[in-house]
Amino acid sequence: MISKDVVEKVAKLSRLDLDEAEITLYADQLSQILDTMAGLQQIDTEGVAPLAHVLPIENVLREDEVGECFTQEKVLANAPEQSEGMFQVPKIV
Amino acid sequence: MEYEVVIGCEVHVELKTKTKIFCNCPTDFGGEPNTHVCPVCLGLPGTLPVLNKKVLEYAIKAGLAMNCEIAHFSKFDRKNYFYPDLTKAYQISQFDLPICKHGYIDIETSEGAKRIGITRIHMEEDAGKLVHQGATITTSAGSLADYNRAGVPLIEIVSEPDMRSAEDVLAFLTNLKAIIEYTGVSDARMEQGSLRCDVNLSLRPVGQKEFGTRAEIKNLNSFRAVERVIKYEIERQTDILEDGGKVVQETRTWDDGKGMTFSLRSKEDSDEYRYFPDPDLTPIVVTDAYIEELRAALPEMPQVKRQRMIEEDGLPEYDAGVITASKALVDFYDGVRAYYADAKKISNWIMVELLAKVNADGIDLSEVKIQPEQMAALLKLVDSGEISGKIAKKVFSEMFATGKDPDTIIKEQGLVQISDEGALKSMVAAVVEANPKSVEDYKAGKKKAMGFLVGQIMKESKGQANPAVINKLLTEKLDSM
Repeated sequence: MISKDVVEKVAKLSRLDLDEAEITLYADQLSQILDTMAGLQQIDTEGVAPLAHVLPIENVLREDEVGECFTQEKVLANAPEQSEGMFQVPKIV
Repeated sequence: MEYEVVIGCEVHVELKTKTKIFCNCPTDFGGEPNTHVCPVCLGLPGTLPVLNKKVLEYAIKAGLAMNCEIAHFSKFDRKNYFYPDLTKAYQISQFDLPICKHGYIDIETSEGAKRIGITRIHMEEDAGKLVHQGATITTSAGSLADYNRAGVPLIEIVSEPDMRSAEDVLAFLTNLKAIIEYTGVSDARMEQGSLRCDVNLSLRPVGQKEFGTRAEIKNLNSFRAVERVIKYEIERQTDILEDGGKVVQETRTWDDGKGMTFSLRSKEDSDEYRYFPDPDLTPIVVTDAYIEELRAALPEMPQVKRQRMIEEDGLPEYDAGVITASKALVDFYDGVRAYYADAKKISNWIMVELLAKVNADGIDLSEVKIQPEQMAALLKLVDSGEISGKIAKKVFSEMFATGKDPDTIIKEQGLVQISDEGALKSMVAAVVEANPKSVEDYKAGKKKAMGFLVGQIMKESKGQANPAVINKLLTEKLDSM
């Protein structure tokens, strides 16, 4: 069972601004999801290694060779605000 | 009450690869803002990070050099938090399956040898750089983000809480830095940010087994800052505990100007990183053959080299410690040794003349112009009596400034030692003539007067007269008067 407190905490960590009705709705929905997942807990996983990736794939690596970068102009093309070649962001702390 | 201080470190080391950890952008320092970036390190939707082979190699090398176990199976995870130095709102790091674990670094302290445990070493991407508009982060109007550094490869080395004093920590960091330099995986320069240290510090009553509540202090960019921060935090936490208060578990930042730490954020919140495996990156499987191949290619480590310099070269422990603390110094020392046998003389010149000049000019050892062969040539010129020790220092200065051969400098500046009796005789005569009082003193049995006269002659010859010849000629002259 997911309490409203937990929803509020997760919302805060995710920078989501939820109203009272949404908190109640998500507490209920998230609880249902966890209940469903609880069913999986019944499966015997003794001796089964935790899954690190859904595909049977490993060691996809690249060589350490320099390639093309974007130009500063292109990098900043979608920036809502910019200054001195950098992204302008609001006050942080 | 008596408290015991408990310290652990987290050290971030920037790896010296050509490109970033997950894309082909260069890692070069100091480009125009946002010019070493591409869709991958900007975290644009639809891009796919791919691990740089060199990063894996370097992380394993560092782990082996610190006596770690290398994981045969490792993976990357997303560490979620909101801060504009990250474009994706998560940092790609390693959580429960780091590439290296369970290692150690041995240190020498005034209380004897200690072994500091390494909990783990993991690979991760560096964040971008924020420029705060205003005096400090808390008073700024806003910030500017430059992502050139975003995605530069890092290894984070986490120590066990095995250190008990600032001395322990400095010895640990000195050895760690040297080990990293020897492996060649990073420049490990603190002042340039390629080696960064966070300190976790707590106090507990002497005799208590459980650890006290710790504060984590970030933003330490010099050994000096580390030393000061430890001293400051011990006092701050002692005051809190003595007053019956409780230390808050939090992240603090060090203000070098003020010499104080300030609360940055409470640690409880930031622990909620909601790590999960990054589906964009594949797990990493490392074979024993690959690990052994890298282990075999590792150079001799500082501790071993230090012992060998003491036992085989006959150097004092102190000298060996100073030289082996830097890979560049060891290389220079070994280089000179290839041409010149007297280890102690080499070490004296390195520790006195070379380090003084390097520190005075504030340059890095890698920028020193003098080649080991040239240094050996200078020492041989002193041994053969061609130049005096005093002139040698002058020649060394010139070599340091220009990188020229000692022979060339001696010729150009006419610095050869004068041993020719004919040339020196007239100088001796002139000085004796000019100082009748000293001659009288000498005749009266004041042997000190002799030293004064020798000094005058040396001065007259601009330090080039051979002191042994001068002594002989002067004695002859005075005794004949």
